[in-house]
Amino acid sequence: MDLESHKEGNSALSDKIKATDEFGLIYHPEPGGEEEGLGRPRTEELLLNMGPQHPSTHGVLRIVLDLDGERIVKATPHLGYLHRGVEKLSEGKTYYQIITLTDRLDYVCAMTNNYAYVRAVEKLLPLKIPERGEYVRTIVAEMQRIAGHLFWLGTQSLDIGAMTVFFYTFREREVLLDIFEMLCGARLTYSFYRIGGVQNDLTAEMIQRLRRFIDDFPSKLDEYDTLLVNNRIWLSRTRDIAVISAEDAVSFGMTGPALRGSGVHYDVRKAEPYGVYDRVEWEVPLGKNGDTYDRYWVRMQEMRESAKIIKQCLDQLPEGPVMVDQPGITYPKRDKIMVDMESLIHHFKLAYEGIKPPKGEVYCATEVPKGELGFYIMSDGSNKPYRLKIRAPSFVHLGAFDHMARGYMIADIVTIFGTYDVVMGECDR
Amino acid sequence: MHPTAQKIQAQFPEHLIDAREAFGELTLQLRRSGIAEVCRFLRDDPDLAFDHITDICSVDYPEDEERFEVVYHFYSIRKRHRIRVKARLPEEDCTIDSLTGLWRGANFLEREVYDMMGIRFNHHPDLRRILLTDDFDGYPLRKDFPTEGRGWRNTFEFIPKIE
Repeated sequence: MDLESHKEGNSALSDKIKATDEFGLIYHPEPGGEEEGLGRPRTEELLLNMGPQHPSTHGVLRIVLDLDGERIVKATPHLGYLHRGVEKLSEGKTYYQIITLTDRLDYVCAMTNNYAYVRAVEKLLPLKIPERGEYVRTIVAEMQRIAGHLFWLGTQSLDIGAMTVFFYTFREREVLLDIFEMLCGARLTYSFYRIGGVQNDLTAEMIQRLRRFIDDFPSKLDEYDTLLVNNRIWLSRTRDIAVISAEDAVSFGMTGPALRGSGVHYDVRKAEPYGVYDRVEWEVPLGKNGDTYDRYWVRMQEMRESAKIIKQCLDQLPEGPVMVDQPGITYPKRDKIMVDMESLIHHFKLAYEGIKPPKGEVYCATEVPKGELGFYIMSDGSNKPYRLKIRAPSFVHLGAFDHMARGYMIADIVTIFGTYDVVMGECDR
Repeated sequence: MHPTAQKIQAQFPEHLIDAREAFGELTLQLRRSGIAEVCRFLRDDPDLAFDHITDICSVDYPEDEERFEVVYHFYSIRKRHRIRVKARLPEEDCTIDSLTGLWRGANFLEREVYDMMGIRFNHHPDLRRILLTDDFDGYPLRKDFPTEGRGWRNTFEFIPKIE
Protein backbone atom coordinates (compact mmCIF):
# COMPACT_ATOMS: atom_id res chain seq x y z
CA MET A 1 0.00 0.00 0.00
CA ASP A 2 1.40 3.38 -0.90
CA LEU A 3 1.71 6.11 1.69
CA GLU A 4 -0.84 8.47 0.08
CA SER A 5 -3.76 6.05 0.17
CA HIS A 6 -2.79 4.96 3.64
CA LYS A 7 -3.07 8.55 4.80
CA GLU A 8 -6.36 8.97 3.06
CA GLY A 9 -7.71 5.90 4.74
CA ASN A 10 -6.54 7.32 8.02
CA SER A 11 -8.27 10.65 7.58
CA ALA A 12 -11.51 8.97 6.56
CA LEU A 13 -11.30 6.93 9.73
CA SER A 14 -10.58 9.96 11.86
CA ASP A 15 -13.67 11.72 10.44
CA LYS A 16 -15.69 8.74 11.53
CA ILE A 17 -14.15 8.92 14.97
CA LYS A 18 -14.97 12.61 15.18
CA ALA A 19 -18.59 11.80 14.57
CA THR A 20 -18.75 9.59 17.64
CA ASP A 21 -16.65 11.91 19.75
CA GLU A 22 -19.64 13.41 21.56
CA PHE A 23 -20.01 10.28 23.62
CA GLY A 24 -16.65 11.00 25.13
CA LEU A 25 -15.58 7.48 24.31
CA ILE A 26 -13.17 7.82 21.45
CA TYR A 27 -10.40 10.28 21.47
CA HIS A 28 -9.56 11.99 18.25
CA PRO A 29 -5.82 12.47 18.06
CA GLU A 30 -4.43 15.51 16.33
CA PRO A 31 -2.85 14.44 13.06
CA GLY A 32 0.82 15.16 12.92
CA GLY A 33 4.09 13.43 13.27
CA GLU A 34 3.76 11.63 9.94
CA GLU A 35 4.90 14.61 7.90
CA GLU A 36 8.02 15.02 9.95
CA GLY A 37 9.71 12.03 8.48
CA LEU A 38 9.39 8.30 8.69
CA GLY A 39 12.28 7.81 11.04
CA ARG A 40 10.46 9.38 13.92
CA PRO A 41 7.90 7.30 15.84
CA ARG A 42 4.41 8.69 15.91
CA THR A 43 3.12 9.51 19.42
CA GLU A 44 -0.45 10.19 20.36
CA GLU A 45 -2.51 10.16 23.48
CA LEU A 46 -4.73 7.19 23.98
CA LEU A 47 -8.17 7.38 25.48
CA LEU A 48 -9.02 4.39 27.60
CA ASN A 49 -12.38 3.69 29.11
CA MET A 50 -12.26 1.92 32.44
CA GLY A 51 -15.42 0.61 34.02
CA PRO A 52 -18.27 0.77 34.85
CA GLN A 53 -17.92 -3.01 34.93
CA HIS A 54 -14.51 -3.52 36.42
CA PRO A 55 -13.74 -5.54 39.55
CA SER A 56 -11.51 -2.95 41.15
CA THR A 57 -13.96 -0.07 40.90
CA HIS A 58 -15.98 -1.56 43.78
CA GLY A 59 -19.31 -0.96 42.21
CA VAL A 60 -20.04 0.87 39.05
CA LEU A 61 -17.63 3.70 38.48
CA ARG A 62 -16.43 4.67 35.05
CA ILE A 63 -13.21 6.51 34.50
CA VAL A 64 -12.08 7.83 31.15
CA LEU A 65 -8.32 7.94 31.09
CA ASP A 66 -6.15 10.01 28.79
CA LEU A 67 -2.91 8.10 28.51
CA ASP A 68 0.49 9.05 27.25
CA GLY A 69 2.05 5.64 26.94
CA GLU A 70 1.43 4.22 30.38
CA ARG A 71 1.21 7.59 32.10
CA ILE A 72 -2.12 9.08 33.11
CA VAL A 73 -2.51 12.55 31.64
CA LYS A 74 -6.08 13.07 32.72
CA ALA A 75 -8.70 10.98 34.49
CA THR A 76 -12.36 11.92 34.20
CA PRO A 77 -14.74 10.12 36.54
CA HIS A 78 -18.23 9.49 35.19
CA LEU A 79 -20.60 8.91 38.09
CA GLY A 80 -24.24 8.14 38.50
CA TYR A 81 -24.54 4.48 37.54
CA LEU A 82 -25.97 3.74 40.98
CA HIS A 83 -28.07 6.87 41.30
CA ARG A 84 -31.41 5.97 42.85
CA GLY A 85 -32.59 9.43 43.80
CA VAL A 86 -32.49 8.93 47.55
CA GLU A 87 -32.79 12.67 48.15
CA LYS A 88 -35.88 12.93 45.96
CA LEU A 89 -37.44 9.80 47.47
CA SER A 90 -36.88 11.18 50.97
CA GLU A 91 -39.09 14.17 50.21
CA GLY A 92 -42.04 11.81 49.91
CA LYS A 93 -41.35 9.69 52.99
CA THR A 94 -41.84 10.23 56.70
CA TYR A 95 -38.83 10.65 58.94
CA TYR A 96 -38.98 7.05 60.15
CA GLN A 97 -39.22 5.60 56.64
CA ILE A 98 -36.04 7.33 55.53
CA ILE A 99 -33.91 5.27 57.94
CA THR A 100 -34.17 2.26 55.62
CA LEU A 101 -33.10 4.39 52.66
CA THR A 102 -29.94 5.45 54.46
CA ASP A 103 -28.95 1.79 54.81
CA ARG A 104 -28.54 1.66 51.05
CA LEU A 105 -26.06 4.51 50.88
CA ASP A 106 -22.84 3.05 52.15
CA TYR A 107 -23.85 -0.58 52.30
CA VAL A 108 -20.48 -1.73 53.61
CA CYS A 109 -21.13 -0.02 56.94
CA ALA A 110 -24.82 0.72 56.81
CA MET A 111 -25.28 1.47 60.48
CA THR A 112 -23.05 4.52 60.45
CA ASN A 113 -25.40 6.02 57.86
CA ASN A 114 -28.37 5.31 60.12
CA TYR A 115 -26.48 7.00 62.89
CA ALA A 116 -25.71 10.09 60.83
CA TYR A 117 -29.33 10.42 59.77
CA VAL A 118 -30.99 9.89 63.15
CA ARG A 119 -28.55 12.30 64.75
CA ALA A 120 -29.63 14.99 62.29
CA VAL A 121 -33.32 14.36 63.08
CA GLU A 122 -32.62 14.36 66.80
CA LYS A 123 -30.83 17.66 66.48
CA LEU A 124 -33.87 19.05 64.73
CA LEU A 125 -36.40 17.79 67.29
CA PRO A 126 -34.35 18.13 69.67
CA LEU A 127 -34.11 14.88 71.59
CA LYS A 128 -31.79 13.54 74.25
CA ILE A 129 -30.86 9.87 74.21
CA PRO A 130 -30.61 7.77 77.38
CA GLU A 131 -27.12 7.12 78.68
CA ARG A 132 -27.02 3.44 77.81
CA GLY A 133 -28.43 4.18 74.38
CA GLU A 134 -25.51 6.50 73.67
CA TYR A 135 -23.05 3.85 74.78
CA VAL A 136 -24.62 1.17 72.61
CA ARG A 137 -24.62 3.59 69.69
CA THR A 138 -20.95 4.35 70.11
CA ILE A 139 -20.00 0.69 70.52
CA VAL A 140 -21.92 -0.36 67.42
CA ALA A 141 -20.62 2.57 65.37
CA GLU A 142 -17.05 1.58 66.20
CA MET A 143 -17.79 -2.07 65.38
CA GLN A 144 -19.02 -0.83 62.03
CA ARG A 145 -15.88 1.21 61.57
CA ILE A 146 -13.77 -1.89 62.14
CA ALA A 147 -15.96 -3.91 59.78
CA GLY A 148 -15.75 -1.17 57.14
CA HIS A 149 -11.99 -0.77 57.42
CA LEU A 150 -11.52 -4.54 57.30
CA PHE A 151 -13.55 -4.66 54.13
CA TRP A 152 -11.45 -1.87 52.70
CA LEU A 153 -8.17 -3.51 53.72
CA GLY A 154 -9.15 -6.84 52.17
CA THR A 155 -10.28 -5.40 48.87
CA GLN A 156 -7.52 -2.83 48.59
CA SER A 157 -4.82 -5.45 49.03
CA LEU A 158 -6.68 -7.80 46.70
CA ASP A 159 -6.66 -5.09 44.03
CA ILE A 160 -2.96 -4.53 44.47
CA GLY A 161 -2.22 -8.22 44.30
CA ALA A 162 -1.77 -9.29 47.91
CA MET A 163 -4.56 -11.80 47.90
CA THR A 164 -4.03 -13.50 51.26
CA VAL A 165 -5.03 -10.52 53.40
CA PHE A 166 -8.53 -10.64 51.97
CA PHE A 167 -9.25 -14.05 53.52
CA TYR A 168 -8.06 -12.98 56.95
CA THR A 169 -9.90 -9.68 57.07
CA PHE A 170 -13.13 -11.33 55.99
CA ARG A 171 -12.67 -13.95 58.71
CA GLU A 172 -12.67 -11.19 61.33
CA ARG A 173 -15.43 -9.25 59.64
CA GLU A 174 -17.57 -12.38 59.83
CA VAL A 175 -17.33 -12.39 63.63
CA LEU A 176 -18.64 -8.85 63.73
CA LEU A 177 -21.41 -9.59 61.25
CA ASP A 178 -22.51 -12.50 63.43
CA ILE A 179 -22.82 -10.13 66.39
CA PHE A 180 -24.79 -7.70 64.24
CA GLU A 181 -27.07 -10.52 63.22
CA MET A 182 -27.71 -11.36 66.87
CA LEU A 183 -28.27 -7.68 67.55
CA CYS A 184 -30.83 -6.83 64.90
CA GLY A 185 -31.34 -9.86 62.66
CA ALA A 186 -29.60 -8.45 59.59
CA ARG A 187 -26.11 -8.74 58.18
CA LEU A 188 -26.03 -5.94 55.65
CA THR A 189 -28.91 -3.47 55.90
CA TYR A 190 -29.52 -3.13 59.59
CA SER A 191 -31.74 -0.08 60.27
CA PHE A 192 -30.60 -0.54 63.84
CA TYR A 193 -30.48 3.09 64.91
CA ARG A 194 -33.85 4.68 65.57
CA ILE A 195 -34.88 8.23 66.20
CA GLY A 196 -34.56 8.32 69.97
CA GLY A 197 -32.20 5.42 70.54
CA VAL A 198 -31.50 1.99 69.13
CA GLN A 199 -33.68 -0.94 68.26
CA ASN A 200 -32.30 -3.53 70.71
CA ASP A 201 -30.08 -3.75 73.71
CA LEU A 202 -26.81 -5.65 73.85
CA THR A 203 -27.24 -8.99 75.59
CA ALA A 204 -24.70 -10.65 77.87
CA GLU A 205 -23.77 -13.14 75.15
CA MET A 206 -23.09 -10.41 72.62
CA ILE A 207 -20.94 -8.52 75.12
CA GLN A 208 -18.98 -11.67 75.86
CA ARG A 209 -18.41 -12.37 72.17
CA LEU A 210 -17.45 -8.77 71.55
CA ARG A 211 -14.98 -8.76 74.43
CA ARG A 212 -13.35 -11.90 73.10
CA PHE A 213 -13.11 -10.34 69.65
CA ILE A 214 -11.68 -7.07 70.97
CA ASP A 215 -9.05 -8.85 73.07
CA ASP A 216 -7.82 -10.82 70.07
CA PHE A 217 -8.14 -8.07 67.53
CA PRO A 218 -4.86 -6.14 68.02
CA SER A 219 -2.89 -9.37 67.42
CA LYS A 220 -4.91 -9.91 64.23
CA LEU A 221 -3.92 -6.45 63.07
CA ASP A 222 -0.27 -7.33 63.66
CA GLU A 223 -0.86 -10.39 61.52
CA TYR A 224 -2.10 -8.26 58.61
CA ASP A 225 0.86 -5.98 59.09
CA THR A 226 3.32 -8.85 58.71
CA LEU A 227 1.61 -9.80 55.46
CA LEU A 228 1.87 -6.30 54.03
CA VAL A 229 4.56 -4.04 55.44
CA ASN A 230 7.30 -6.59 54.83
CA ASN A 231 6.09 -7.14 51.32
CA ARG A 232 8.29 -5.20 48.92
CA ILE A 233 5.75 -5.29 46.13
CA TRP A 234 3.03 -3.93 48.40
CA LEU A 235 5.33 -1.17 49.61
CA SER A 236 6.43 -0.09 46.16
CA ARG A 237 2.84 -0.05 44.99
CA THR A 238 1.59 2.11 47.88
CA ARG A 239 4.49 4.36 48.86
CA ASP A 240 4.44 7.72 47.05
CA ILE A 241 1.37 6.73 45.10
CA ALA A 242 -1.57 9.12 44.87
CA VAL A 243 0.12 11.78 46.98
CA ILE A 244 -2.02 14.72 48.00
CA SER A 245 -0.74 17.63 50.03
CA ALA A 246 -2.57 18.86 53.13
CA GLU A 247 -3.56 22.15 51.45
CA ASP A 248 -4.98 20.39 48.42
CA ALA A 249 -6.85 17.83 50.52
CA VAL A 250 -8.48 20.61 52.54
CA SER A 251 -9.28 22.62 49.43
CA PHE A 252 -10.94 19.60 47.85
CA GLY A 253 -13.09 19.20 50.95
CA MET A 254 -11.72 15.78 51.77
CA THR A 255 -12.46 14.26 55.15
CA GLY A 256 -11.81 11.09 57.10
CA PRO A 257 -8.71 8.92 56.68
CA ALA A 258 -8.10 10.44 53.23
CA LEU A 259 -7.57 13.83 54.87
CA ARG A 260 -5.80 12.56 57.97
CA GLY A 261 -3.36 10.63 55.79
CA SER A 262 -2.07 14.05 54.71
CA GLY A 263 -1.57 15.05 58.32
CA VAL A 264 -4.60 17.29 58.84
CA HIS A 265 -6.10 16.87 62.28
CA TYR A 266 -9.81 16.79 61.61
CA ASP A 267 -12.05 14.11 63.02
CA VAL A 268 -15.70 14.96 63.72
CA ARG A 269 -15.60 12.68 66.76
CA LYS A 270 -12.96 14.94 68.32
CA ALA A 271 -13.94 18.29 66.83
CA GLU A 272 -17.65 18.08 67.66
CA PRO A 273 -17.97 15.11 70.02
CA TYR A 274 -21.18 13.14 69.95
CA GLY A 275 -22.16 9.81 71.48
CA VAL A 276 -19.70 9.12 74.28
CA TYR A 277 -16.52 9.87 72.36
CA ASP A 278 -15.64 12.58 74.86
CA ARG A 279 -15.82 10.13 77.76
CA VAL A 280 -13.28 7.62 76.45
CA GLU A 281 -9.60 7.98 75.75
CA TRP A 282 -8.43 7.64 72.20
CA GLU A 283 -6.25 9.36 69.68
CA VAL A 284 -6.52 10.55 66.12
CA PRO A 285 -3.79 8.89 64.04
CA LEU A 286 -2.23 11.23 61.49
CA GLY A 287 -0.15 10.45 58.43
CA LYS A 288 2.71 12.55 57.08
CA ASN A 289 3.18 12.11 53.36
CA GLY A 290 -0.40 11.89 52.15
CA ASP A 291 0.32 8.83 50.05
CA THR A 292 -1.54 5.54 49.84
CA TYR A 293 0.67 3.93 52.44
CA ASP A 294 -0.06 6.66 54.99
CA ARG A 295 -3.76 6.31 54.44
CA TYR A 296 -3.36 2.56 54.96
CA TRP A 297 -1.45 3.22 58.17
CA VAL A 298 -4.08 5.69 59.39
CA ARG A 299 -6.85 3.17 58.85
CA MET A 300 -4.90 0.42 60.60
CA GLN A 301 -4.33 2.69 63.60
CA GLU A 302 -7.98 3.73 63.56
CA MET A 303 -9.01 0.12 63.93
CA ARG A 304 -6.78 -0.14 66.98
CA GLU A 305 -8.32 3.04 68.39
CA SER A 306 -11.81 1.71 67.67
CA ALA A 307 -10.99 -1.44 69.61
CA LYS A 308 -9.81 0.75 72.49
CA ILE A 309 -13.02 2.77 72.40
CA ILE A 310 -15.20 -0.35 72.40
CA LYS A 311 -13.27 -1.83 75.30
CA GLN A 312 -13.67 1.31 77.43
CA CYS A 313 -17.34 1.65 76.50
CA LEU A 314 -18.01 -1.94 77.52
CA ASP A 315 -16.30 -1.30 80.86
CA GLN A 316 -18.31 1.86 81.48
CA LEU A 317 -21.62 0.55 80.09
CA PRO A 318 -24.36 1.82 82.42
CA GLU A 319 -27.74 0.21 83.06
CA GLY A 320 -30.95 1.69 81.78
CA PRO A 321 -33.09 1.95 78.67
CA VAL A 322 -31.60 2.23 75.17
CA MET A 323 -34.55 4.10 73.72
CA VAL A 324 -36.36 7.29 74.67
CA ASP A 325 -39.96 6.75 75.73
CA GLN A 326 -41.60 9.90 74.47
CA PRO A 327 -45.12 9.61 73.06
CA GLY A 328 -45.41 11.13 69.62
CA ILE A 329 -41.70 10.67 68.88
CA THR A 330 -40.92 7.03 69.57
CA TYR A 331 -43.06 3.96 69.13
CA PRO A 332 -44.61 2.60 72.35
CA LYS A 333 -43.62 -0.85 73.58
CA ARG A 334 -45.41 -3.69 71.87
CA ASP A 335 -46.92 -5.15 75.05
CA LYS A 336 -48.27 -1.75 76.06
CA ILE A 337 -50.14 -1.27 72.80
CA MET A 338 -52.32 -4.29 73.53
CA VAL A 339 -53.52 -3.05 76.93
CA ASP A 340 -53.14 0.72 76.91
CA MET A 341 -55.50 2.91 74.87
CA GLU A 342 -53.13 5.92 74.73
CA SER A 343 -50.27 3.76 73.53
CA LEU A 344 -52.46 2.35 70.80
CA ILE A 345 -53.38 5.86 69.66
CA HIS A 346 -49.76 7.02 69.73
CA HIS A 347 -48.70 3.97 67.78
CA PHE A 348 -51.40 4.54 65.19
CA LYS A 349 -50.61 8.22 64.85
CA LEU A 350 -46.89 7.56 64.50
CA ALA A 351 -47.40 4.88 61.87
CA TYR A 352 -50.01 6.98 60.05
CA GLU A 353 -48.46 10.43 60.26
CA GLY A 354 -44.99 10.08 61.64
CA ILE A 355 -43.20 12.67 63.67
CA LYS A 356 -43.46 16.37 62.95
CA PRO A 357 -40.26 18.23 63.81
CA PRO A 358 -40.40 22.01 64.15
CA LYS A 359 -39.74 24.29 61.21
CA GLY A 360 -36.06 24.88 60.64
CA GLU A 361 -32.90 23.57 59.11
CA VAL A 362 -29.99 21.62 60.53
CA TYR A 363 -26.71 20.31 59.26
CA CYS A 364 -25.32 17.44 61.26
CA ALA A 365 -21.95 15.84 60.54
CA THR A 366 -20.96 12.36 61.64
CA GLU A 367 -17.63 10.63 61.25
CA VAL A 368 -18.20 7.47 59.23
CA PRO A 369 -15.37 5.18 58.07
CA LYS A 370 -15.18 7.05 54.75
CA GLY A 371 -15.12 10.54 56.20
CA GLU A 372 -17.65 13.14 57.20
CA LEU A 373 -21.18 12.11 56.35
CA GLY A 374 -23.47 15.09 56.71
CA PHE A 375 -27.23 15.35 56.58
CA TYR A 376 -28.78 18.70 55.84
CA ILE A 377 -32.48 18.62 56.66
CA MET A 378 -34.82 21.44 55.77
CA SER A 379 -38.07 21.00 57.65
CA ASP A 380 -41.26 22.93 56.90
CA GLY A 381 -42.98 21.60 60.01
CA SER A 382 -44.71 18.72 58.23
CA ASN A 383 -44.12 14.99 58.68
CA LYS A 384 -41.80 14.79 55.66
CA PRO A 385 -38.55 16.67 55.12
CA TYR A 386 -38.92 19.53 52.66
CA ARG A 387 -35.39 18.92 51.48
CA LEU A 388 -32.82 16.40 52.56
CA LYS A 389 -29.29 16.65 51.31
CA ILE A 390 -26.69 13.99 51.90
CA ARG A 391 -23.12 15.17 51.99
CA ALA A 392 -21.45 11.96 50.92
CA PRO A 393 -17.70 11.74 51.54
CA SER A 394 -17.15 9.36 48.60
CA PHE A 395 -18.65 11.88 46.20
CA VAL A 396 -16.46 14.71 47.45
CA HIS A 397 -13.38 12.48 47.36
CA LEU A 398 -13.94 11.56 43.73
CA GLY A 399 -13.74 15.28 42.98
CA ALA A 400 -10.05 15.00 43.78
CA PHE A 401 -9.58 11.89 41.66
CA ASP A 402 -8.23 13.64 38.59
CA HIS A 403 -5.81 15.66 40.68
CA MET A 404 -4.51 12.57 42.46
CA ALA A 405 -4.27 10.30 39.43
CA ARG A 406 -2.36 12.62 37.10
CA GLY A 407 1.19 11.58 36.37
CA TYR A 408 0.93 8.05 37.73
CA MET A 409 1.10 4.84 35.75
CA ILE A 410 -1.99 3.05 34.52
CA ALA A 411 -1.25 0.15 36.88
CA ASP A 412 -1.63 2.54 39.81
CA ILE A 413 -5.19 3.43 38.96
CA VAL A 414 -6.64 0.54 40.98
CA THR A 415 -4.58 1.64 43.96
CA ILE A 416 -5.93 5.16 43.61
CA PHE A 417 -9.51 3.89 43.43
CA GLY A 418 -9.01 1.86 46.52
CA THR A 419 -7.22 4.43 48.60
CA TYR A 420 -10.34 6.59 49.04
CA ASP A 421 -12.42 3.64 50.21
CA VAL A 422 -15.12 4.65 47.75
CA VAL A 423 -18.52 3.00 47.91
CA MET A 424 -20.56 3.93 44.90
CA GLY A 425 -23.91 3.52 46.64
CA GLU A 426 -23.00 6.46 48.79
CA CYS A 427 -21.31 8.42 46.02
CA ASP A 428 -24.23 8.27 43.60
CA ARG A 429 -26.98 8.15 46.22
CA MET B 1 -25.58 39.20 66.91
CA HIS B 2 -22.97 36.54 66.28
CA PRO B 3 -19.43 38.01 65.98
CA THR B 4 -18.96 36.49 62.52
CA ALA B 5 -22.22 38.05 61.37
CA GLN B 6 -21.13 41.38 62.84
CA LYS B 7 -17.92 41.20 60.93
CA ILE B 8 -19.69 40.49 57.64
CA GLN B 9 -22.22 43.24 58.41
CA ALA B 10 -19.39 45.72 58.93
CA GLN B 11 -17.49 44.58 55.85
CA PHE B 12 -20.30 43.96 53.37
CA PRO B 13 -23.45 45.80 54.47
CA GLU B 14 -24.68 45.84 50.86
CA HIS B 15 -24.50 42.05 50.48
CA LEU B 16 -25.82 40.78 53.81
CA ILE B 17 -29.60 40.51 54.05
CA ASP B 18 -30.01 38.61 57.28
CA ALA B 19 -28.07 36.60 59.86
CA ARG B 20 -29.78 34.00 62.02
CA GLU B 21 -28.66 31.55 64.63
CA ALA B 22 -30.72 28.41 65.17
CA PHE B 23 -29.80 24.95 66.51
CA GLY B 24 -26.38 26.36 67.29
CA GLU B 25 -25.69 27.04 63.61
CA LEU B 26 -25.08 30.42 62.07
CA THR B 27 -26.81 31.19 58.78
CA LEU B 28 -26.00 34.17 56.60
CA GLN B 29 -28.50 35.19 53.95
CA LEU B 30 -26.67 37.01 51.16
CA ARG B 31 -27.52 38.71 47.90
CA ARG B 32 -26.32 36.52 45.10
CA SER B 33 -24.24 39.27 43.52
CA GLY B 34 -21.96 39.25 46.55
CA ILE B 35 -21.54 35.52 47.03
CA ALA B 36 -18.05 35.19 45.56
CA GLU B 37 -16.77 38.31 47.30
CA VAL B 38 -18.11 37.39 50.75
CA CYS B 39 -16.97 33.79 50.44
CA ARG B 40 -13.48 34.93 49.53
CA PHE B 41 -13.50 37.03 52.69
CA LEU B 42 -14.77 34.08 54.74
CA ARG B 43 -11.90 31.96 53.47
CA ASP B 44 -9.10 34.51 53.70
CA ASP B 45 -9.90 36.38 56.89
CA PRO B 46 -7.52 35.06 59.59
CA ASP B 47 -10.22 35.01 62.29
CA LEU B 48 -12.80 33.21 60.18
CA ALA B 49 -10.52 31.00 58.05
CA PHE B 50 -13.21 28.83 56.45
CA ASP B 51 -10.72 26.70 54.57
CA HIS B 52 -12.83 23.57 54.14
CA ILE B 53 -15.83 23.38 51.85
CA THR B 54 -18.33 20.97 53.33
CA ASP B 55 -21.25 21.06 51.01
CA ILE B 56 -23.22 22.94 48.37
CA CYS B 57 -26.86 22.19 47.80
CA SER B 58 -30.01 23.92 46.70
CA VAL B 59 -33.64 24.15 47.78
CA ASP B 60 -36.64 24.84 45.57
CA TYR B 61 -39.54 27.05 46.69
CA PRO B 62 -41.90 27.08 43.69
CA GLU B 63 -44.30 29.64 45.22
CA ASP B 64 -41.67 32.21 46.07
CA GLU B 65 -40.69 35.10 43.89
CA GLU B 66 -37.06 34.10 44.06
CA ARG B 67 -37.57 30.43 43.53
CA PHE B 68 -34.23 28.79 44.23
CA GLU B 69 -31.93 28.96 47.16
CA VAL B 70 -28.32 27.81 47.03
CA VAL B 71 -27.02 26.66 50.40
CA TYR B 72 -23.30 26.53 51.17
CA HIS B 73 -21.76 24.92 54.22
CA PHE B 74 -18.22 25.84 55.21
CA TYR B 75 -16.02 24.61 57.98
CA SER B 76 -12.81 25.95 59.41
CA ILE B 77 -10.31 23.26 60.32
CA ARG B 78 -8.06 25.81 62.00
CA LYS B 79 -10.78 27.57 64.02
CA ARG B 80 -13.21 24.65 64.37
CA HIS B 81 -16.41 26.44 63.48
CA ARG B 82 -19.11 26.09 60.87
CA ILE B 83 -21.17 28.50 58.85
CA ARG B 84 -24.06 28.26 56.43
CA VAL B 85 -24.37 30.78 53.64
CA LYS B 86 -27.48 31.10 51.51
CA ALA B 87 -28.44 33.08 48.44
CA ARG B 88 -31.75 33.24 46.59
CA LEU B 89 -32.12 33.36 42.82
CA PRO B 90 -35.13 33.85 40.56
CA GLU B 91 -36.24 31.17 38.11
CA GLU B 92 -35.86 33.24 34.95
CA ASP B 93 -32.18 33.88 35.67
CA CYS B 94 -30.98 31.07 37.90
CA THR B 95 -27.26 31.74 37.74
CA ILE B 96 -24.77 32.38 40.49
CA ASP B 97 -21.02 32.84 40.61
CA SER B 98 -18.99 29.70 40.92
CA LEU B 99 -16.70 29.15 43.90
CA THR B 100 -14.36 26.80 42.08
CA GLY B 101 -11.64 29.44 42.20
CA LEU B 102 -11.79 29.50 45.99
CA TRP B 103 -12.24 25.84 46.91
CA ARG B 104 -11.37 23.16 44.41
CA GLY B 105 -13.95 20.83 45.92
CA ALA B 106 -16.69 23.18 44.73
CA ASN B 107 -16.31 21.77 41.24
CA PHE B 108 -18.18 18.49 41.78
CA LEU B 109 -20.62 19.93 44.30
CA GLU B 110 -21.69 22.69 41.91
CA ARG B 111 -22.04 20.22 39.10
CA GLU B 112 -24.41 18.22 41.26
CA VAL B 113 -26.52 21.30 42.01
CA TYR B 114 -26.66 22.06 38.29
CA ASP B 115 -27.61 18.46 37.55
CA MET B 116 -30.37 18.23 40.14
CA MET B 117 -31.81 21.74 40.16
CA GLY B 118 -30.68 23.38 36.94
CA ILE B 119 -28.82 26.24 38.57
CA ARG B 120 -25.99 27.50 36.41
CA PHE B 121 -22.69 28.59 37.89
CA ASN B 122 -20.83 31.40 36.15
CA HIS B 123 -17.16 30.72 35.35
CA HIS B 124 -17.42 27.05 36.26
CA PRO B 125 -14.69 25.24 34.28
CA ASP B 126 -16.70 22.12 33.44
CA LEU B 127 -20.42 22.53 34.07
CA ARG B 128 -21.90 19.21 32.95
CA ARG B 129 -24.39 16.82 34.43
CA ILE B 130 -22.71 14.54 36.91
CA LEU B 131 -25.08 11.88 38.23
CA LEU B 132 -27.65 11.78 35.45
CA THR B 133 -27.07 11.11 31.77
CA ASP B 134 -26.27 13.99 29.47
CA ASP B 135 -29.55 13.61 27.57
CA PHE B 136 -31.72 13.60 30.68
CA ASP B 137 -34.68 15.93 30.38
CA GLY B 138 -35.50 18.11 33.36
CA TYR B 139 -34.08 18.67 36.81
CA PRO B 140 -35.32 16.01 39.22
CA LEU B 141 -34.98 17.80 42.54
CA ARG B 142 -37.24 20.63 41.50
CA LYS B 143 -40.57 20.33 43.24
CA ASP B 144 -42.52 20.16 39.96
CA PHE B 145 -40.64 17.05 38.83
CA PRO B 146 -42.63 13.93 39.76
CA THR B 147 -40.83 11.40 41.96
CA GLU B 148 -41.85 8.50 39.69
CA GLY B 149 -40.29 10.26 36.69
CA ARG B 150 -41.85 11.47 33.47
CA GLY B 151 -42.14 8.15 31.74
CA TRP B 152 -38.68 8.42 30.26
CA ARG B 153 -37.84 4.92 31.44
CA ASN B 154 -40.71 3.40 29.43
CA THR B 155 -39.14 4.60 26.21
CA PHE B 156 -36.07 2.40 26.62
CA GLU B 157 -36.04 -0.04 23.74
CA PHE B 158 -34.50 -2.97 25.55
CA ILE B 159 -37.41 -3.30 27.98
CA PRO B 160 -40.04 -5.36 26.14
CA LYS B 161 -43.50 -3.87 26.39
CA ILE B 162 -46.21 -6.22 27.58
CA GLU B 163 -49.22 -6.06 25.31
